[in-house]
This record gives sequence, C-alpha cells and structure tokens, in this order.
Amino acid sequence: MNAPVEAPNPYGRLPLEGEGPVDPQRQREVVARLRTLLPEHCVLFREEDTRPYECDGLTLYRQLPLAVVLPESEAQVVAIVKLCREMGVPIVPRGAGTGLSGGALPHAAGVLLSTAKLNRIVRLDAAARMAVVEPGARNLAITDAAAPFGLYYAPDPSSQIACTIAGNVAENSGGVHCLKYGLTFHNILAVRGVTGEGDLVEFGSAAPDVPGLDLLALVIGSEGMLCVVTEVTVKLVPKPQLARCIMASFGDVSTAGEAVAAIIAAGIIPAGLEMMDQPATRMVEPFVKAGYDLDAAAILLVESDGTPAEVDEEIARMTEVLNRAGAKKIAVSNSETERLRFWKGRKNAFPAAGRVSPAYYCMDGTIPRKRLGEMLRAIQQMEGKYGLRCPNVFHAGDGNLHPLILFNDNDVEEVKRAEDFGVEILELSVALGGTITGEHGVGVEKISQMCSQFSDAERAMFHAVKRAFDPAGILNPAKAIPTLHRCAEYGRMKVSGGRLPFADLERF
Amino acid sequence: MLEALREQVRAATAAGAPLSIRAGGSKDFFGNAGEGERLDPRGCAGIVAHEPTELVITARCGTRLAELEAVLDAAGQMLPFEPPHFGAEATVGGCIAAGLAGPRRASAGGVRDYVLGVKLLTGRGDLLSFGGTVMKNVAGYDVARLAAGSLGVLGVITEVSLKVLPKPVTETTLRLELDEAAALARMNAWAGKPLPISATAWRDGALHARLSGARAAVADAISRIGGDEVDARAFWRGLREQSDEFFAGDLPLWRLALPTTAPPVALPGPHLIEWGGGQRWLRSGAPAEEIRARAAALGGHATRFRGGERRDVFAPLPPPIAAIHRRLKAEFDPAGIFNRGRMFGG
Repeated sequence: MNAPVEAPNPYGRLPLEGEGPVDPQRQREVVARLRTLLPEHCVLFREEDTRPYECDGLTLYRQLPLAVVLPESEAQVVAIVKLCREMGVPIVPRGAGTGLSGGALPHAAGVLLSTAKLNRIVRLDAAARMAVVEPGARNLAITDAAAPFGLYYAPDPSSQIACTIAGNVAENSGGVHCLKYGLTFHNILAVRGVTGEGDLVEFGSAAPDVPGLDLLALVIGSEGMLCVVTEVTVKLVPKPQLARCIMASFGDVSTAGEAVAAIIAAGIIPAGLEMMDQPATRMVEPFVKAGYDLDAAAILLVESDGTPAEVDEEIARMTEVLNRAGAKKIAVSNSETERLRFWKGRKNAFPAAGRVSPAYYCMDGTIPRKRLGEMLRAIQQMEGKYGLRCPNVFHAGDGNLHPLILFNDNDVEEVKRAEDFGVEILELSVALGGTITGEHGVGVEKISQMCSQFSDAERAMFHAVKRAFDPAGILNPAKAIPTLHRCAEYGRMKVSGGRLPFADLERF
Repeated sequence: MLEALREQVRAATAAGAPLSIRAGGSKDFFGNAGEGERLDPRGCAGIVAHEPTELVITARCGTRLAELEAVLDAAGQMLPFEPPHFGAEATVGGCIAAGLAGPRRASAGGVRDYVLGVKLLTGRGDLLSFGGTVMKNVAGYDVARLAAGSLGVLGVITEVSLKVLPKPVTETTLRLELDEAAALARMNAWAGKPLPISATAWRDGALHARLSGARAAVADAISRIGGDEVDARAFWRGLREQSDEFFAGDLPLWRLALPTTAPPVALPGPHLIEWGGGQRWLRSGAPAEEIRARAAALGGHATRFRGGERRDVFAPLPPPIAAIHRRLKAEFDPAGIFNRGRMFGG
C-alpha cells in the first residue's frame, strides 16, 4: 500500500494514509480498466464530479478520491472488487455520506464505491417479518415500506431520513429506541457482501443461526473494512399499538442522571430514554418549538409503548419514579402529534447546532450511566478551557453521549481547539470505563484514541481479523484500526503534551 | 490462577499439543469429539461486578451459571436468553462458548445479543479484552460477540460481561389444540402483532404460548389469543434443560434451525417446534445427508445435537466461509491447540 503522506496539516493532526494529491497517470490506468466493467456514467473521475464525495458528515476531513464508481448491480460490485484486488487499489464504500466519523473519507489512491444506485427494497415478506434490501436503501424507506403491514424497522438513527442500511451495518447504528429494541446488530438477519478476495458471501441467515462462527457479528460495525455489502436482510417488528412520551424537567443534570438509574432500578425498560441539557434545549427550541422547559437544567424524554392499558400502567409507574427522583415538572404527551413534537427537538439537535454555529463537532463516547454526572461536569470545565460552547444530548438509557462542540470552521485555530476538546472527551470516556464510540464508528476521526482504548496485542488481533476477510488489505484501508507506528507517534504526542494531547499548548 | 492457565496454554502452543477446554462438563455431549489434554478453567471463578441499574453483570468463566442466575434473581433480573444448564456444574464460560439459548430466544434474542465484552486467552498466551460493559460500543471489530458460540476454538473465554434485563412482572401460559401447519401459521401471525409472547412450543397437536410482561399487556393478550391458561413452568423448564420426555431415549436428536415460516419438516420421527418455528427438534436415525438436504431446502441447517456419531455434527460450511474460519483460527490459535476438531474437522 501507499506510504503515509507526511504532508503537514494546519491542525497538528497525525497524517493519514491516503491523504494527498491524486496521481493522474495512475488515475488514467484505473479509470480505463473500470470503464471496461461499468457504463461511462457510472465512473466519475473529473474533479468537478468527484468533489462532492470529498467528505462525509465529518467535514473536518476532506480528500479527493482517484475515482468514484456507482455500480448498478451486485455483479458489478464483485467485478470492481476483483479488479481493485488485482490492481492493488483501495476501495472506500459510501452510502448516503451521513457518517460522522469519516469512515467514507476517500483515499487518494483509491476508488470510492457509492451504493447510490443500489437502493431497492428487493423483497418484503410480511409473514416472515423481514425485508431483503439493497445496500443503498434508506433506513426510513424500509420502515415506510413495512408500515402497511403494521411492521417497522426498529433502529432509528437521527439521520434515518437519509442514511442507508449498509451505512447502518457499517457503524452498527443505534437511535433513540435501542435500549428496548436493540442496535442494528440485533435487527439484522443476514448480510451479503464481497470480501477483499472478491468472494460473494452470505453472513447470517433467515434461520435463527448458521453453523460455525458468528461472522455476521464481525461484519456488523466493521466500517466497510471486511466486505462491501451488497444485500441486507433486516428484521421487521410489529409496531406497538400506542406510544406516549413523558417530558420531565430537572433542576440539575446529576439529579436527572439519578432519575435514569431509578427508572432502570424499578425494573422498567422504556422504549426511549433521552436527556438534553439546558444549552441543548435552548439551542433547538427556537427552531422546532417542541415545548421544552427552558428553565430546566436538564430534561428527560421517557417513552412507553405497547397496548393502551400497558402504556397507562407504565406511564403511571414512570411518573411515580420520576417524581420521587426529584423531577420538577412532568408533561405527558396526549396525542401522537404531541409525542412526535417532543421527539422532534431531540432528533433535530444536530441540524439545530448547524444553525446556531458555523460548524459543530459531534462526539459519541459511551460511559457507564453512573459516571454521567462526572462526565458532564468535566465537559463544563472543558468549555472554559477551550473557550467553546458544548450543548449535550444523549441516549441516557444506554450511556451514549453526543456532546456537540460548536466552533467556526473558517478559523484554523478554532478548529484545532475543537478537535482537542473532542480528544479530551474521548480520552475521558475511556478513563471512565467506557468507549470512544457508541454508534458513529471510529473512521479516521477517533483512530488515534483507539491506541488508548486497546493494547498492542488487541489491535494486532483486529488487524488479523481484517486479514481473514481481506488478505490484500484493499477494503477501506487505514481506517478504524491504527497501526503500531501511529500509536507510537500518538503516545509521543501525549507524553510531550502532558496527561492529554496538547493539554499544555498555549492558545494565543 | 490466570497465570497457570496462561502457562498451560503457552506450553501447549510451544509443543503443538491439543488442549480440550472443559469446566463442568455439562455440554460434553455437544459438538464433535474433542481431543487433547484437559484445560480446566474453573479456578477462574466469581462474579466481578453486578450493578443492577447498569443492567450489566461481569463474571469469570468458571462461575457456576446457577450462581450467576441466583445473583440476578435476587435483584429481580435475569439472563434474557434463558440458557440451558444441562447440569448443575454448568459454568458461565461454557454457556457463552456453547452459545445455546432457551425458550425465550425468538422474542429476546440469543447469547450473542447480550454479550457486551469478553476477555479471551489466545493461543499465544495473550489475554485480550474486547468490548466492555457499556451497551453501545463500535470501537474495533465485535470479537466479544464472535466468542458466543465459538465452542472454545478461538481461545479460553476467561471473563464475560452480559447485558441483563428485569424479570417480567407477570407470566402465564396458554395451551391451544392445533395441528402442525396451523400452529406454524398461528405462531408467525402472532409474531407480526405486538403481543408479549416470550416463548412458543408445539408438539403432538398442542401449541403452548408463554406470555410475559406488564399485567395489562398479558391480560389483553390472553383475551386475544384464546386457549386454556395452564401452569407450564415445569413444561418450559423441561424444554430448556431437555429433561422433557421428548428428549429421552437413544435415537439421535437433530436440531433444525429454519426460517420461522418454513413448512413442516415432514421427515419421519417425533418432532417438536420451538422459537416460533425457528427451531425444530427431530428424533431420527435417518442418514445425515437426508436430514441436512431437507433443512437446506427449507432455508436452514441441521445439527446432530445429541446421540449418533461425534463427527461432522454440524452442517458443512460454504468454501469462502470455511476459508475465513481457517484464517481466523490461525490468527487466534496459531498452533491449533484449542478444542481441535470440536467445531469442524481438521
């Protein structure tokens, strides 16, 4: 593979493999071969055509690919992988480009494979409660197709209107209902994909299990590094008759955090359990008019679903627990419109951040719930330290935080501060016994912090897992799992910067 | 204790001598015949942490499964996948390695769905930690979940963290008289409705459906499903632990994992359906090829679960999948010492 490009970047980042200019000679060679496999309109290589693919939802990183391919059939995907394998060309798969960790960041010497033209729902079997879909099918399109049968696809990431199923598979996406209904992992029956060897392989099955090792478990969340997904079989679940949502206000975030624990301790698994702090509610309210209590230091959204009688019973129990846990105010949705309005603010938190700030940087650490208060206090301190605002929304039920660092992306120094702020949150997530990413993936964004979360031997085993699926290392290379060399560099930066990277650097 | 295990593994790898990982031995019958010196991990035992409000329990591999379940029970919680013990000596490590789930599988998920993290002692003698104790974690490949059902072929699972859930407030069972095809149709129809069904089983013209959940939901479901309410706790235990009379006798026991909507298996021999149609048990001395061909035609696979020959117990793998298995095995266990042949020959 290509040697790391040592070009300096203004942010003080460690260089990434695959950064740099596209080699025009190599581009001509590869494009000529790709055109023998695909119609002309499915191979893009002029800069004006490839520019739109230079980044995904993580706009802090941009890179032009050698070429973009838009296959129209599974057979074409197989042919592309075989060709790239033969020519030693990296492949970066891309769905809707909504990913937040740079997993679909192009490689200067590689082909970006877009699933945009593979977006059909192939088969929906209502009796068997499953749908077979192409990789580029949108998350919400599956639920829409299932709705006439009283079924839906449970995982609902905030980007569900746009994000694709293969992207969800790549990141093991969650959403606001996964405490009760599970992650992408729990809702996928099978994935068909092309390995780095060019083999078309079915992982999982419509049956409850397959013989041998559970390779599907490895494929889900593998960030496009083990296979290029060509077809996904999803589980559909019956839509509950009714859902109602409680909005509870709290005077401080720690009490809200304790209320979350109290609900779980009462033996209740809510359908949704989300927290927003005051900066977050004040950020979204002007745009969505959700009716949030703007005086509260934090609000909890707690949802119950089931039969009407079941929901009544559960709402009563939840209300009692929340009151006992110190809720200052409680509102319960009395109609579907009102319930959706409660959720609208939460689901639009990211776009709202984009409206109040030129740019925002969304973090994704997950920590044990009991450490929530500690984390929030630390983030407050970091706001002062880095001079940046950071509203917090999080999946309180499963400890997955999404701090939104607001910054100006036209100011190099401010970008650097935002990145350092993010790194400190990630490092703290690991230190509190959690993980650097709950559902957005490592991508390029958190690749250095993988050095903190895993030992050399563990990372070596991850590389070994990749080799088992992709011996030539052509599938989304240099993402997610850092090399030993990179970790050594990162270690040196950490040491020279104090306890945390850049902690002691002067900031003007 | 861990150091002793590690020494045994390193020595075995150096000598290329196979190790047979065996704790309580409750699942000795399962899989192909193993070979090699015994590695007994039961010295590594004990609950490491259980925080009911975090919905997580962490235990060392040699902890008895019954002990872990008692701890959860005292806190009003449970392992949602209802693992079979198959003996009082069953351990947590064996439960994860075997990857077997009980009656609640169709509604709650299997072992894989609740594994959050594992510590794995590899063939090189490295103790590696994958996953963790949090509900959501996409840092690195999900090796922790790969360990569920791995039959010890990747290494010794020394510790595991599992997601747990509160026990249902109430539970009851309904019994309906239906023939096999009608029962399959009924189970699939139920699964498409928001009903609190936590287990189903059909045998000899009787369909049992267990309801678990909030009082209101269970009461509502009773009126919608019909049939007779019965006390079936012993019945479900009999299925979970295979102590039911169906499982007695010497005739080989086949397990067919099929799509729930697959029609009746229609092979001779007594049969029993679980998991909404997804798991079908068959007592049959018919040739393996015949049973495997039928399972494959129905979209699933067949395992010789108990009895009969202890080789080629599992359905063979398609070549590209087999190649990935070989490469993974070579990375986790370079000398091929762990549970040699237990999953697949060679």
